This record gives sequence, C-alpha cells and structure tokens, in this order.
Amino acid sequence: MDFNDSPGEAAYRAKVRTWLDANATLRDPDAPKGNMLDEPDGDLIEKAKAWQLKKYEAGWACLRWPKEYGGQKASAMESVIFSQEESRYDLPPSIYGIGHGMLGPTIMAHGTDEQQERFLRNMAMGDEVWCQLFSEPDAGSDLAGLKTKAVKDGDDWVINGQKIWTTGAQYCRWGMLVARTDPNAAKHAGLTYFIVDMEVPGVEIRPIKQMSGASGFNEVFFTDVRTPDENRLGAVGDGWGVAITTLMNERSSIGSSLGGGAGIRDLIKLAQQVELNDKPAIEDGGVRRRIADFAVRRSGLKYTGQRGLSALSQGQTPGPEASIGKLVAAISGLEMGAFGMELQGAAGVLTGEDGPADPAWQRTYMGMPGLRLAGGTDEILRNIIAERVLGMPGEPRVDKGKPFKDIPSGTTR
Amino acid sequence: MNFDFSEEQKLLQHSAREYLGEHSTLAHVREVFETDADYSRDLWKGIAELGWLGVAIPEDYGGAGYGYLELAVIAGEIGRSLAPIPFGSTAYLAAEAITRAGSEEQKKKYLAGIAEGDLIGTLATTEKAGMLSQQSVNATFTDGVVSGTKVPVADGTAADFVVVLAREGDGHSLVIVDLDAAGVERKRLGALDPTRPQVELTFKGTPATRLGNPGQGWKLTQDMLTRAAVLMAFEQLGSADRAFQVTFDFTMSRYAFGRPVASFQSLKHRMADLYADREIARSNCYWAAWALENDDAELPIAAASAKISASDALEHTTVEMIQMHGGVGFTWEYDCHLFYRRAKALSHTLGTTDEWREKLVTRLIEQVA
Repeated sequence: MDFNDSPGEAAYRAKVRTWLDANATLRDPDAPKGNMLDEPDGDLIEKAKAWQLKKYEAGWACLRWPKEYGGQKASAMESVIFSQEESRYDLPPSIYGIGHGMLGPTIMAHGTDEQQERFLRNMAMGDEVWCQLFSEPDAGSDLAGLKTKAVKDGDDWVINGQKIWTTGAQYCRWGMLVARTDPNAAKHAGLTYFIVDMEVPGVEIRPIKQMSGASGFNEVFFTDVRTPDENRLGAVGDGWGVAITTLMNERSSIGSSLGGGAGIRDLIKLAQQVELNDKPAIEDGGVRRRIADFAVRRSGLKYTGQRGLSALSQGQTPGPEASIGKLVAAISGLEMGAFGMELQGAAGVLTGEDGPADPAWQRTYMGMPGLRLAGGTDEILRNIIAERVLGMPGEPRVDKGKPFKDIPSGTTR
Repeated sequence: MNFDFSEEQKLLQHSAREYLGEHSTLAHVREVFETDADYSRDLWKGIAELGWLGVAIPEDYGGAGYGYLELAVIAGEIGRSLAPIPFGSTAYLAAEAITRAGSEEQKKKYLAGIAEGDLIGTLATTEKAGMLSQQSVNATFTDGVVSGTKVPVADGTAADFVVVLAREGDGHSLVIVDLDAAGVERKRLGALDPTRPQVELTFKGTPATRLGNPGQGWKLTQDMLTRAAVLMAFEQLGSADRAFQVTFDFTMSRYAFGRPVASFQSLKHRMADLYADREIARSNCYWAAWALENDDAELPIAAASAKISASDALEHTTVEMIQMHGGVGFTWEYDCHLFYRRAKALSHTLGTTDEWREKLVTRLIEQVA
C-alpha cells in the first residue's frame, strides 16, 4: 500500500513539471473557483487553442493517442500525471475534453484509414474543436430514443432534427452526431453515426441559459443539413454500437477532482466565524456531526479516485467502484452548499462578493443540480451500479423489439 | 371537533387562488425576477383593494378585523403563486408588530396605510452572518435616534418603514424608522431570489420611535418571529404544493423508454415521500394556526414545528422538482429554479431551520422539566 509515485512515475512527473514551469505560471490556490459547467468566452477560446498548440508542438498533446495522430502512446497513468500537474497552473479551461477524450478515440476505433488521416491530427493540434451531438429534447436518459433523421440522397445524407445540451457548439468546427436512419427497425437498430461539419448551411445554434445564470450548452437545429457519406462513421444501422464506444470513454475521468468549489477546510473556517447560540457554530454538536459526515464522504471519494489511479499505475483497468464518483459527489456537494448557507443565517441568500457572507456556498447550491443530471442522471447511475456492477436483474422493458415508430415518446400535453 | 378551516375560509382560499391564478402567473413572477423590479406594483395594488393586507388588522384601525386563520389561508395562496410582493414582511411582521405592541398613535399612523397598500414595512434584526442573538446586536437607540447597520433586510428596497431591533441602555428595544427620515442609507444587495430583495440599511442618527416598552425589544422580536413563522409556514407549504403539482404533471406526461417517467418506481416512491413531508407540514401548520388564533401556551412549539416541517417540505420538493424534470429542470427557461430560489429565500427568513430546531428543543425541554 503506497500512495507515492513509483520511481518511473516520479521521473515522469519531474519531466512534466519542468516543461510546465517553463511554459506556464502557477495558479493562486486562494482564487475563487468557477462552476464546473460554465462555458469559456471568445478570448478564453483563443487562449485555449494557443495552449493546445503549444502542447502539441512540444509533444504533450493527446498523450494517450498513437504517435501517428499526434500523441505519445503514453500510459493511462502518465496521462493522469500530466493532468494533475497541469491543473496546478493558471491556464485557460480545456475545451478539448469531449473531442480528445471521447470523439477522437471513437474515430480511432471505428473510422476508416482515410477518416483517421483527415481528422485526428488536426483534432490534436486543437485549431478545430469538436462537439458531441447525441441528446435530444425527447432523448436524454433514453438516448436510443433519438429522432433526428438522416435520409440518403445521392452521395449525401440529409439531416433534419434537433440536438440539445451540446457543450461548445458555438465554437466547434465539427460534431459527431447519431441519427435515425430506419424508423421501422427496433429502437437501437435503426441508428447511424455521422461526422458533421458545423459550418455548413442549415445548422442553427442557440445557447441555453442555466438556472444559475451561466450559459454552458446549446440547442442545435438541423434543417436539411447535408453530410457526405464519406463522413459516416461505421456501417449504416451500427450507430448505437459506435455511440457506445463514445460513451464508454466518458468514464475515464479518474483522478479529476469532482469536488471543486468550497471544501471541508472552508466549512470549518465558516463554522468558526459564525455564531450559533452565542458561541462559534463549530462548538455545536449538530454542526460537528454534519461536518464529520461531509468529511467522510470527501475522503472516501478522494481515495476511491486513488484506487483507480493505483489500478492504472499497475497497468490494470480501474474497478467498478469508480462508478460511484459522480453519484456521491453531486448529492453530497449539494448538501454541503445548503449547509454552508444555513450556517450563514439570513445572509446565506446573498450573492454578492462584498457582503457579510461568502457566496461560494450558494453558488454550489445553484450549480450542483446540474451535476446530478449531466453525464448520466443519479437515477441512471444507480441503475448502472445495480444492474451492471452488482448484476441485479434489469427492469422489464415495454419498448423492446418494437418498431421505433410505434413507441410513445416525448411529452404529451 | 373540527380541525379544518371553515366554509367561509375555504371560500376565501378559493377566491384568492383564482385571483392569483390570473394576476400572479409564473410568467409574471419571472418578469419581476428578470427585470429586477423588486416587486409587482400592480399586484400589490390589486391585493390591497381586495383587503388582504388588512385581513388581520382590527376594524378600528382600518382593517377587515378577521383573524389569523384568514391570513393563513391567504398566505398559502401567496406561496402557491410565488407572488412577487412584500406581503409577508408587511402583513406577518410589520403590521402584526404594530397591532400587538404599538401605541395608539402608532396604530393610527401606520395600520390604515398598511391596510390600504400605501405603506410597506419590514423587520431588521441581523447585522452579520450567523444566528441572531442578543449579543450580535450592535445598533443603538439613544435620545430618539438609531445608529448602526442592519444586514440583510428582506424587502428593504420597497419598504417605507422598518421595525428595527436595537440596543437601548443595558437591554434591547424595538423601534420604528420611517425610511425617508434623515441619516438613512439603503444599499441593495444581490439576492438568490430577486423577488425577495435584500438590502443593507445604515442609520446615522436617524429619528425613530420606540415600539413597546424600553428593554422589551428581544422578547417582542421573539414573539413577532413566532407569530410570523406560522404564517410563513403556510406560505412555504403553498409553494411546496404548487411545486409538487407541477412536478407531478410533468412526470405523468413525459415519456422515456416507452412509458411515462411517473411509472418508474424510484420516482413513485420519492413522490410518496414528498407527499408525506407535505402532510406532516400541513398538520403542523394547522396546529400552529389554531394555537395562534387561540393564543395558546403551545404556540412557540407549534410555530417552530410548522416552520421547520414546512421549510423541509419545500426544500425537498424543490430539489426533487429539478431532478425529476431531467435536464430541462436545470435551465433558466423552465420554472423549477423559481421555486428552488424561493425555497431558500423563505427558509432563511425569520431565522434558519436550524435556529428553529434550537428554539423547538429548548421549549420541549421546558415542557419536560
């Protein structure tokens, strides 16, 4: 049982640090942290692209990718080490998580040689950003219920429909889209996967404002959008299988801090500052119990992440315990935000930075509901744990085997 | 034995619901929210004309001379519609304080104006983050003037006058300050629920008149908070009922995996739990309303129980409301966050839920001794 780097890992980390020290400045640890789902604006996009190009030219981009596509064929552990070190520096937020983490690997797994040649190196260089066009207003948790249509017309496919929750659509050049190509087939069987040029006529992007006031994602409308058959990824009707590859890669955020925002230290400091029954709140038994419970969750999540890293370090795949991360972190984060607000009393509802109460807790309270829904809702995650990890029987399905067009969907009024 | 509202009170509830259903739609609430309007002036005028502000004010002072049960019924409908008006601050707190502890002159000066909708009032107690305590009050009242800073003060943007808790000599007194008097600084603060605006009030030698007797301030404040808590609990319950209904309607009509999401057992169980939370709150609210109307010795316990259970019910319901709506629940465009924000605004008003738990247990211990 050893939490330290192996000698090889330590050497790699030192190499990473040397390069980062020479090319970036360290972040101020006391600076306020933004909300996880916030979107960067125009200036930050340019900075993010510049940073990506710098990494690419120095051989630090897309570390896990094969060398012929601009990567270093590094191990998962090395990639994690680089991310850990990178997060200590004051750098623009990454806009490549989806592209490099999920979409690139999908092209590697399912693309033709020609598609891999055409797209991957450019993706690694970062000048073209990619977005994922899966979810729809009527197909969130039930993703296979999607309805955006693609109809063959000569050498092209004509796409009509609507996607939603598309992070980064407004600054992305390419998107990867799943569409229904056969409504008479069963739900999972009539789908096909396409690479789509976001700059062709017929693509309309509308930002969606989040309940916190930030703008994190978009609706994307497709009206007679043409995409050439050479941009189809995988066979006609195999779209679900290709989508699964994309979604499987979503799980690889080991070592990333899901906490963010204010933590246990901040909670204790707050409880020391404010009063309850004429004494510092930290002296109250009820407050102490809750802080203990939050601390246990936090450390449990942190070391679950460490177990995953340990597996990577040993060249193994992380175990299923990794699947608890977002489920536990989101709900616990929400409760902590509410508790911080509660300690602040009447001032807990103030949003200003210059008032009597630090608004970090209230920002967490406004942001955490999004984390319980994005990237798999709490409910879906619980089903995954119960059915795929624990092996409990799945729910009986009413839509299995039926032609897609015969399955009720959407919202009846 | 009739532990329910009377037929007349139910009629009042029905007509209040109809009125607010038309004049305080969620679209209207959103408009006030998004334009930072502080409150809806039209709605305020409308409910004043209906006599709601004077419902519990004695007829001698311009009110309708009904009682707390009628006010409770209206409070519930205010909550149900998320009405963006400083009703609670004015009716549950300021009017009540003056009715109970005001001199003849003060009652004549303020109550009729309140009943007609011409005067908006609020309460100012806290001066920093954390629980309100006697020690935490530093504002002073000496020689007829009040000095100090109060923060946050709910509905402080719209208020014409404010009831302020201040030190006087060795103890505390409640005083009334007209906000157009000299030496008043009002600073608007950002608030989670902009339809419940918050301000910082600074008094520099501002003329004020004492409410009640010198040194009675702390006791009067606790008394005011207890009584207002009952009415606020009804308002919170009304919001919880509405949030639940919207969520129910959504889950019944939304399909996924070929069936309504309401057919999934996980949601059914949680909706049943929310139902139980609300009925516990409702029963505690009825008990507290009865205790308030009859000035019963159990009022402090009943009021605390109502406030705690209603705050919990509303908070749980609004969290589940977002979650059960799926992704759209997290958007600005959908109404879920209006309820989510209001839930926090109300559970941080009159004292937090943990403060009320403290008060409840203190009283329960007294009963056992």
